[in-house]
Amino acid sequence: MAEVKMFGAWGSPFSKRVEMGLKLKGVEYEYIEEDLNNKSSLLLNYNPVHKKVPVLVHNGKPIAESLIILEYIDEAWEGPDILPKDPYERANARFWAKFIDEKCMPPMWKACWSIGEERAKAKEEASEALKFLENEINGQKFFGGDTIGLVDIAANFIGYWFRIAEEIVGLELMTQDKYPNLCKWAEEYCKCSFVKENLPPKDKLADIFKGIIQAQSAPK
Amino acid sequence: MSEEWVLLDFRPSMFSYRVKIALAEKGISYECREEDLRNKSPLLLEMNPVHKKIPVLIHNGKPICESVNIIQYIDEVCKDKNGLQFLPSDPYEKAQARFWADFIDKKLHVASMKITWHKTKEELEEAEKEMIDCLKLLEQELGDKPYFGGERLGYLDIVLGGFCSWFCAIDLGLGNISIDAECSKLMEWTKRCMERESFSKSLEEPHKLHDFVVQMRERWGLTNKY
Repeated sequence: MAEVKMFGAWGSPFSKRVEMGLKLKGVEYEYIEEDLNNKSSLLLNYNPVHKKVPVLVHNGKPIAESLIILEYIDEAWEGPDILPKDPYERANARFWAKFIDEKCMPPMWKACWSIGEERAKAKEEASEALKFLENEINGQKFFGGDTIGLVDIAANFIGYWFRIAEEIVGLELMTQDKYPNLCKWAEEYCKCSFVKENLPPKDKLADIFKGIIQAQSAPK
Repeated sequence: MSEEWVLLDFRPSMFSYRVKIALAEKGISYECREEDLRNKSPLLLEMNPVHKKIPVLIHNGKPICESVNIIQYIDEVCKDKNGLQFLPSDPYEKAQARFWADFIDKKLHVASMKITWHKTKEELEEAEKEMIDCLKLLEQELGDKPYFGGERLGYLDIVLGGFCSWFCAIDLGLGNISIDAECSKLMEWTKRCMERESFSKSLEEPHKLHDFVVQMRERWGLTNKY
């Protein structure tokens, strides 16, 4: 039995966050792909509370919730820091990672798949949230400074998934003129080798997104 | 350099309570500034421009926002009176404590808000069921230990500790259920915690919290009788 196992889903940004963390630390692990429409009994056993991916299992002990898993990875293994060492900087990193999860991703996702007034409202909410991130990254290569850290890993949806979805649904939200810092960050981010290796193929994601559009416009 | 700690606070907030408990457990002296949430101070807006919410802890002029971040920050910067920390040293135990803290904020807090603001009897009953389901899971996590932290108070006790007055207020009649009847172990834990000075000094008295919620609901035209 592998010492480190990871239950994930290939298209999930939360899942890929964990893989980025493991790769950053050079941890060898067994990856188990979950069918989210037919979750395995093993997954449900390891995460009975939320029944979701990702779940990391280390020596038989499960850890759930991607940001918590990333902190665990940082503490359990040597290697490049995922969180800064300074307590104030750590508090800051946790703040922005949670901000991304709670204030950026939901309206950004909603803006992609809604129409009319609902889309306009979600777009405005997302725009406001992204403005804070735009200011936060100002002058730095990454949110983590010179190297990728917790916030950069947490922002994988913004740097990759969202850009693809925007293109497919015809949404203009994270534009170069409004968010030059974020766009530059996204470019640098996706160039990093261990980020590149942990992103789902663009065409496969695009197919999923096109499928969502088709399902939405299908007659009921 | 002398340490300066300021807490931007709103007395009835469960997130504020837990930060106060943490500060008390570490023996940190701080200045407490009460905010009027209908008229937020320039300091609050400057220190928490993103969420504009309390609690905010300002340490030597630098703000830390979000209660779980604040508690972890305090824990990393100061040891308590016994030279100990809230979070365990083992990474797995730490992850478990963080997981349940996250669960409390995502699930239990949402249920408690629904109980506070329910508009119909059905909404109240549904929210109460949600809350009891959360508490039963937490009871399982507690097991036979006196505290979530084991023999001594830990991170999760403090995070859930913000709700202690609330649990008592529910049993005073805020809801139609009795937490004591449904989750007696958790109420034992609640009473055990409230005997600690850090809790009794930080938390609002349950009957005052009860009255505050009832008055707030009346102000918003929500019925308190079914």
